[in-house]
Amino acid sequence: MEWALLIEQTLNGIQFGMLLFLLAAGLTLTFGIMDLVNLAHGSMYMLGAFVGATIFLWTGSFILAILLAVPLVAGIGIVVEVSTLRTLYQRHHLDQVLATFGLILFFNELVQVVWPLDGLSVPFPDYLNFTVPLLFGIEYSVYRLMIIGAGIVVAIGMYILVAKTRLGMLIRAGAADRTMIYALGTNIRLLFTLVFGLGTALGALAGILMAPILGANSGMGEQIIIIAFVVIVIGGIGSVRGSLIAALITGLIDTLGRSFLDVLLAFFIPVNAAEAAAPAISSMLIYIFMTCVLFFKPQGLFGSQTR
Amino acid sequence: MRVLNSLQNRRTILAILVIGTCALAPIAAGILDQPYYINLFSRLMIWAIAAISLNLILGYGGMISFGHSLYLGIGAYTVGIFAYYDIYNFYLQLVTAVAVAAFIALIFGGISLRTRGVYFIMITMALTQMVYFLSISIEEYGSDDGLIIYDRSDFGTDLISMDNPVQRYYLIFLVMIACLYFSHRLIRSRFGYVIRGTKSNETRMEVLGYSTFRYRLVCFILAGVMCALGGVLSANVEKFVSPDIMHWTRSGELIFMVVLGGMASILGPVTGALVFWLLSEFFSRITEHWHLIFGPFLILVVLLSPRGIDGLLSIKRSGNE
Repeated sequence: MEWALLIEQTLNGIQFGMLLFLLAAGLTLTFGIMDLVNLAHGSMYMLGAFVGATIFLWTGSFILAILLAVPLVAGIGIVVEVSTLRTLYQRHHLDQVLATFGLILFFNELVQVVWPLDGLSVPFPDYLNFTVPLLFGIEYSVYRLMIIGAGIVVAIGMYILVAKTRLGMLIRAGAADRTMIYALGTNIRLLFTLVFGLGTALGALAGILMAPILGANSGMGEQIIIIAFVVIVIGGIGSVRGSLIAALITGLIDTLGRSFLDVLLAFFIPVNAAEAAAPAISSMLIYIFMTCVLFFKPQGLFGSQTR
Repeated sequence: MRVLNSLQNRRTILAILVIGTCALAPIAAGILDQPYYINLFSRLMIWAIAAISLNLILGYGGMISFGHSLYLGIGAYTVGIFAYYDIYNFYLQLVTAVAVAAFIALIFGGISLRTRGVYFIMITMALTQMVYFLSISIEEYGSDDGLIIYDRSDFGTDLISMDNPVQRYYLIFLVMIACLYFSHRLIRSRFGYVIRGTKSNETRMEVLGYSTFRYRLVCFILAGVMCALGGVLSANVEKFVSPDIMHWTRSGELIFMVVLGGMASILGPVTGALVFWLLSEFFSRITEHWHLIFGPFLILVVLLSPRGIDGLLSIKRSGNE
């Protein structure tokens, strides 16, 4: 029974890690290439959840919801980039932090005006709403397996994009030396807008995928975006590979910590004390992990030494 | 009118206006028979104290801490937790709050100051978030419902009482003035010059033989302790403390106050806190969804006047800076 729970929670951890990866990949790209600290990335995740949920509730088709909401939210992201963020690339990080903080306040309030105050609850799509038997007689949700699958597909897609295509070449060049690729004649504005749109699309996708599990709420973006920050800090800002590995580790630590820390602590301290301390400590685990990583590697696991 | 044109005079007029407003607010509240304003201005000055402390590291030291509300929380929770055990001695509460804030700032500063730039922003944010979640998960101290404080801090004398709103107000006012004076002296001391030097060119300061890490860390601790004083006062105004005081949007608002008032100006944070409150009051009269206006307004301030109100003052009549 204990093993069954362990495997189930490990899968949950991987699923959470994949979700974090979808968010962290967009964040780390925009930072690596444009040197932009985008706090409002979580707002795009939230918009993805709301827009996707609305389309799903209207049409009844989850696939249609993904196909429509992802480009729609990416479009919103591009509008924000062109109208506001573009002027901030050359500015100090402080200005970027404040301006994107303003965006968060705006979008959080906007969804409260447009959608019901307590958010939307979203059903699972019928054809994914069942469980499959795994080892040890575990029944595991197909929907969550689908999220893990989506994460793997995105990870492979990102690898091919960054390592094998011309756009990826420009992305890597841009991350290494912005001024140089501009001097070589690349339309850097278009490149930045494209990358920002791509990052926003990934964030929106994460939002739609999580909507049936968590629902859509105002403020849902910040809870997860701060963890996504922890992920990209651990992985090394600008590194997609680092963000994948860090996302999986973070997802596993957080999920397993919440389930098993009391059992683990009970080996060392009395059971009562362990049960009292476990929730407090498990909510801090990922931050403690981040601290440990940074203590030994201030640039994160895969960060470049130059930045 | 020639006098008005000089920058120094404009700054002086603004200073008299801002400090005068704070000094006279209870009297105005008495005349207008609106005692509600006393607590409102108390809160405002607590914001100002927190912003003054943030300005030390953000404005003068160039350290973009997105987790400064943590120290407000430490101050307020110290009073709250002592009160939970029926201990109301002000001096004990104060000394403990200062010690805890200094210790936490030493540890967190030691970790985060090893990093630079965007890493520093995210780590300060994450560390504060960690304590925020810790305060939510401890049920003994009210988790996310917070702690009700049944009695305010006790000075052990009949001369002054926290329960008297006017006395409490002027105590907060004095603390704020003391913080202003302290940061004024600190910034003009040798220490202050080193801190400002590390902001403009860290390598140069290191070449000159300064251990910039240590100077930054001491500055970080001083700011944390000063902010914790604001937290102690806040618990006494509200008679309540909850994890909300450490929420990351509070840290964001503090940064905005500093930037709005004008970074690296002594009085800027107080002006910023005052204008921030006036704006939120004004916008929330227009609509209950005032963040819809406030968010874009914040972006406009960043885009158009990155040096804040203090920066606007130094623009000459001809329009050149």
